[in-house]
Amino acid sequence: MVDVLYFAWVRERIGLPREQIETQAATVNDLVAELRAREPRYEAAFADLTALRVALDQELATFDSPLADVREVAFFPPMTGG
Amino acid sequence: MKVSVQPEPFDLGAELAGFGAGRSDVGAVVSFTGVVRDDSGAMEALELEHYPGMTQRAIAQIVDQAVTRWDLADVIVIHRHGRLGIGEQIMMVATAARHRAAAFEAAEFLMDYLKSRAPFWKKEHGRDGTSWVVAKDEDEDALKRW
Repeated sequence: MVDVLYFAWVRERIGLPREQIETQAATVNDLVAELRAREPRYEAAFADLTALRVALDQELATFDSPLADVREVAFFPPMTGG
Repeated sequence: MKVSVQPEPFDLGAELAGFGAGRSDVGAVVSFTGVVRDDSGAMEALELEHYPGMTQRAIAQIVDQAVTRWDLADVIVIHRHGRLGIGEQIMMVATAARHRAAAFEAAEFLMDYLKSRAPFWKKEHGRDGTSWVVAKDEDEDALKRW
């Protein structure tokens, strides 16, 4: 079980801020593939991975990172603070 | 060192008044304040979303890097979230150091990293609807000089 969080337009496109997902995905890319296969709103949100960033347990990571022992995955667009 | 992520406004004068006070090794204080501006003329508010849990930690890591690279006596980072009006302060960075070069450089480093590595997202609310602010390539490029 992994907590998956969405922020900014990713949250709006998918329609919820967080959900728990039962997955055996080995990497972030594998998880993304599972999500995209679910419904069109996920397909729309994950259509262009270059427009997305990912954090694993609140640390920035890459899409090829392993998911072993990760409890929280967050997807969001590039940050625009400051 | 002070890192605060908050919805409330902050008092820049009060923050700087006590900054570096009581230390005899501070010869330079630099501060930067980000302010909500309206480029289109049709904006009504700016909404800042963030990632509670990650935000404080990400900023603290950036401050740690700055303290490692420059000889800093003190650092303040305050970043607001929530809905802000035009002209309101979004965030501030302040650095205190022995000499101005370190204070200026560290403040710029902190700003460059906060823009692209701290989990905040800006959404513009205008008369014609809403739109997410898109990250600029220059913001990412700005990190390369460090």
